[in-house]
Amino acid sequence: MKSIALVGISPRDNRPSYFAFKYLLERGYRMIPVNPGQAGHDILGRPVYARLADIPEPVDMVDIFRAPQYALAVVQEALALTPRPQVIWMQLGVRSDEAAALAEQHGLKVVMNRCPKIEYGRLSSEIAWMGVNTRTLSSKRAKLLPGGIQRMSLDRTTMAGGATDASTRAQRNDEKT
Amino acid sequence: MTDRTPDRTPGFSTLAIHAGAQPDPTTGARATPIYQTTSFVFEDVDHAASLFALQTFGNIYTRIGNPTNAVLEERVAALEGGTAGLAVASGHAAQVIVMHCLMQPGEEFVASKKLYGGSINQFNHAFKNFGWNVVWADPDDVTSFERAITPKTKAIFIESIANPGGVITDIEAIGKIAKSAHVPLIVDNTLATPYLCRPIEYGADIVVHSLTKFLGGHGNSIGGLIVDAGTFNWSREKRYPMLSEPRPEYQGIVLHETFGNFAFAIACRVLALRDIGPALSPFNAFLILTGIETLPLRIQRHCENALAVAHWLVNHSAVAWVSYPGLPVDRYYGLARKYVPKGAGSVFTFGLKGGYDAGVKLVSNVTLFSHLANIGDTRSLIIHPASTTHRQLTDAQKTQAGAGPDVVRLSIGLEDKDDIIADLEQGLTA
Repeated sequence: MKSIALVGISPRDNRPSYFAFKYLLERGYRMIPVNPGQAGHDILGRPVYARLADIPEPVDMVDIFRAPQYALAVVQEALALTPRPQVIWMQLGVRSDEAAALAEQHGLKVVMNRCPKIEYGRLSSEIAWMGVNTRTLSSKRAKLLPGGIQRMSLDRTTMAGGATDASTRAQRNDEKT
Repeated sequence: MTDRTPDRTPGFSTLAIHAGAQPDPTTGARATPIYQTTSFVFEDVDHAASLFALQTFGNIYTRIGNPTNAVLEERVAALEGGTAGLAVASGHAAQVIVMHCLMQPGEEFVASKKLYGGSINQFNHAFKNFGWNVVWADPDDVTSFERAITPKTKAIFIESIANPGGVITDIEAIGKIAKSAHVPLIVDNTLATPYLCRPIEYGADIVVHSLTKFLGGHGNSIGGLIVDAGTFNWSREKRYPMLSEPRPEYQGIVLHETFGNFAFAIACRVLALRDIGPALSPFNAFLILTGIETLPLRIQRHCENALAVAHWLVNHSAVAWVSYPGLPVDRYYGLARKYVPKGAGSVFTFGLKGGYDAGVKLVSNVTLFSHLANIGDTRSLIIHPASTTHRQLTDAQKTQAGAGPDVVRLSIGLEDKDDIIADLEQGLTA
């Protein structure tokens, strides 16, 4: 997984879409910004495209930073690409069961309501510097990259996803009401 | 790369030793190093800007975060089943930090009237100076919590096991009241520790600790900790602007939107700890972490010793009553079976038939018990509240606070139980 198209990036540096993009860029991912309102501009030195179809290279993963009602259309666009991406990732707060079902029907892997920056932080333990429960255990040293970055690795015991049982239960109850 | 993700949660004892602690990435040190430093160098100007704007993870300054403290934070969050933690200078500091993130001047919170006396003081006096108004409710009548809620209520605060009287609070019933009022339930879990009770499983949204007591466990370090359960929807009614509104301190960032289910712990760190300042020393964090590694073993022995002492006291001719929820005759025994089935802790009170003078005599006569104002030590501790912590109150006030003239509080340690009992025996008969 090397190239990630981030759909719905904001050019404003106080928006989560901007700094999730930056964090993943700094960790070596080939980040591709997508936002029709910013097409033709650069964000963090990367040219912005209006639509997924405009990207002139293959994309491994599409990260959807849009409200849930737009997720289905983004998945439809993603499925029209050649080659197809392997993963549809919907950001923290974004859940669309319809979009997920469509992507899975076509053999894509789907993640919903998670942030790849947070998940990278869990699997590198960088997020633990903020007191966050990574829900991982490891007796191995974290690998260091230049710039003081701890590289993500899977040499750890990982407890079924980043959310705790209680927080997952609370969210399900919230969705019901 | 193979995905070696076992879909299972390690047990409590494994978490107590390993959660949060990896070998040091630079030196390979296996024990958690004490990062005794005020500050951390930036990679470059851009890295510094990203850190200050909360856009990347990392260390800036020990008042805001420190790698030793971070291990402690993740450790306790993991043991409680929370999403994140924040370590601070004391249990009292934890309570100020939590309330700062929830309350505006003129608002209210409902608290159990059976709490640690220090918390009662803090709520009645210091918090009122901030305009945070406590409304007291009775944990023995959970409907009193419902009746105490008004449109100004922002939180409910209880203890799982209340100090000093061995009161077990019905967390689940009060959690339901908090949920229907759409306010977070805060549980002080100091006396139970997560080994005996995990309040998040019964509806707590925030857990606070005095680490000074059983978690540290050796009577050597003051500390406090806040655990975010990740269960409260801060954006639902926008009543918690620290979490749901753009923050001018951080260029308009919205913490709940940005950090999701650990936003409350982040708010406590970057809005409250940063600006109010009660940071924990990394050296204290190190000592407390070492204590937590043996928490399951210690609590088992604390409970076993306490139950033996309580049984012995019940049958002693100088003793009028014993308030220990581990005894089948105790009024809280039923709640104890539900909330703390592995043991009812090791802090409890008993009454002396000889009243005030007998209490003074006992604390003077004991030679193994230490006469002091702390609990949750390896050592057995004793205090006669009427002649010490509560001496400024009238007799009526003392009795209402559970500190009547005849009351003695014990914190049973890890010595041999025969020696603990022998010391009480000689203290009562000398």
